Amino acid sequence: MVENSTSKTVIQAGVDVLIEAQSLYFDYEVDGFSISDVSLKLKRGTLAALIGANGSGKSTLIRLLAGLLSPVAGQIWLKGQPLELIPRIRRAQSLAYVPQINPMIFPFTALEVVLTGRTPYTSFFGFENQSDIEKAMEALATVGGTHLAQRRVTELSGGERQLVAFARALAQEPECLLLDEPSAALDLKHRARLVRTLQHLRDKEGMTALMVTHDLQLLDPGFDQVFAISHGSVVAQGTPRRVLTDCVLSQVYDDPHIRARRLEGRTFVWSGI
Amino acid sequence: MVFPASPSNVHLAKENARSQSMAGRRLIRSLVLVLICLAIATVVSLWVGYQPLDLSLLRQDEIARVIFFRLRLPRVILAGILGASLGLVGACLQAFFRNPLAAPFTLGVSGGGTLGAGLAIALGWGASVSGVPLVSLAAFAGSVTAMLVVYRLSRIGNMAMPGTLLLAGVVVNLIASAGVTLIQYISDSTRALQILRWIIGTIDIVGFDPIWRMLPFLIPGWVVLMLIARDLHLMAMGEESAASLGVNVLRCERLVYAASSLVVGVVVAEGAHIAFVGLIIPHAVRMLFGEDVRLVVPCSFFMGAVFLMLADAVARTAGGLPVGAVTALIGGITFLGLLRRQRRFSAI
Repeated sequence: MVENSTSKTVIQAGVDVLIEAQSLYFDYEVDGFSISDVSLKLKRGTLAALIGANGSGKSTLIRLLAGLLSPVAGQIWLKGQPLELIPRIRRAQSLAYVPQINPMIFPFTALEVVLTGRTPYTSFFGFENQSDIEKAMEALATVGGTHLAQRRVTELSGGERQLVAFARALAQEPECLLLDEPSAALDLKHRARLVRTLQHLRDKEGMTALMVTHDLQLLDPGFDQVFAISHGSVVAQGTPRRVLTDCVLSQVYDDPHIRARRLEGRTFVWSGI
Repeated sequence: MVFPASPSNVHLAKENARSQSMAGRRLIRSLVLVLICLAIATVVSLWVGYQPLDLSLLRQDEIARVIFFRLRLPRVILAGILGASLGLVGACLQAFFRNPLAAPFTLGVSGGGTLGAGLAIALGWGASVSGVPLVSLAAFAGSVTAMLVVYRLSRIGNMAMPGTLLLAGVVVNLIASAGVTLIQYISDSTRALQILRWIIGTIDIVGFDPIWRMLPFLIPGWVVLMLIARDLHLMAMGEESAASLGVNVLRCERLVYAASSLVVGVVVAEGAHIAFVGLIIPHAVRMLFGEDVRLVVPCSFFMGAVFLMLADAVARTAGGLPVGAVTALIGGITFLGLLRRQRRFSAI
């Protein structure tokens, strides 16, 4: 993995762990913690998945890692620096977050939305220049959304909006992508394309990504690491082949009928009805 | 299989990028256009009135000069200032709340201000505090209170609820207008009439003193709102994504609240309960110049001035109608048209 990394990575080769979280706690002012005692390390150039049942705290955890929420207790480090001490603009240059839902009220064009990904690189009064527009169009091309550029986001389908949000994150040129169910509204083809794009970015640019997903079929092969979370705590982590087992998944999803089987080099997961 | 970011695709992307016009250039182009409109509106509204401007009379007649420089000119400028303020605040609120119906009027701010002023008039607070009439201060306090109440009601935990926001605004407006009615009913007829005239909204001004009094409050508000236009552009596309792009959402929120209550408070305090400018001007600007908030904010500022100057010119030529009635009439009808066009927006 490290051999494939570009110069960007080599400069900071000493910092192998990109994101590290230690004993995170968070609650939404309701009884009990929605995240309790979560520790994890995300190495540079890793494609990781975060799985768990509905309401288990996946989105909360990824928001904490993105710096959108502050933990009640615990600490997050980005490249060895405490996350909350990193200036927002610098953070936005390293971390890109793709939200689960992309509510769009005003009819911006998709290109306008993707262009906002360039904000961390423009000066306070500066508007995007030609090269920013080129980078935004490139990002759209990467996700396969060139044809969407001039379309109004209010007229796009849920899946197309997810592509636009993904393109915006790519236009941000981050070192790490934090994606909250980016594949939820995508069709089969675009799901596969999303994972291929993430793999390509990992191999070519040493990109790190953590993706919340319910789509367990995407994980093996494809991902390097899986974190399974249940009731706000990480209950299993490791390679997809180690986590995607009957025993672990039954515990994670609290469903004894879950089965995971390997077939033709990939792991299939289903729950008996 | 062709990989997504194949060289030919990237080349195509660059070709496409070249055909896009840049937002910065669009801003300059639309600002030039808007400033031309402003110049025309200024000339037109200085020209018309009870009597059209007569340049030769202005040169010879002392009284004509006094009327022009002490009555007409300040009134035109005041109309411009009030309209600009309302247009600016409307554009910022709509972007910030991601709600095309957010405006000083719909959020209950104007209602709160009117209640404050009504209370002060009914109690006979004619005094001034360091040159500022108590009625103005009461109106200002009312606006700020209404804004805070609506804000608290519409925020559940960490999330702003756009639906609740408008509902809370409507309810605060209703409570405020019920309060004003009650005050009018209790107080004697002279004061009741005074309150009524205040509610209708007129731009009456003699000399430049009230303008000098307003500007120290308005200019900081204007500057703050203009400076956060870029953050608002990101906020208009979603709070979370804005935060992840480096916007300090909490600071942005505080600045929007403080600056817009300040500006609207001053506007309402000046006796201008002027409906719909803050609502329709940003919409008109978006239809003309596109959605980019960094462009909509400054253009709404100038277009607001243009609109209120012209509305006031209509009001004056039609024999001194209250300008509030003119804007409400034009604004109300336009608003109904907007409601019909609501398919443009995916949600409210």
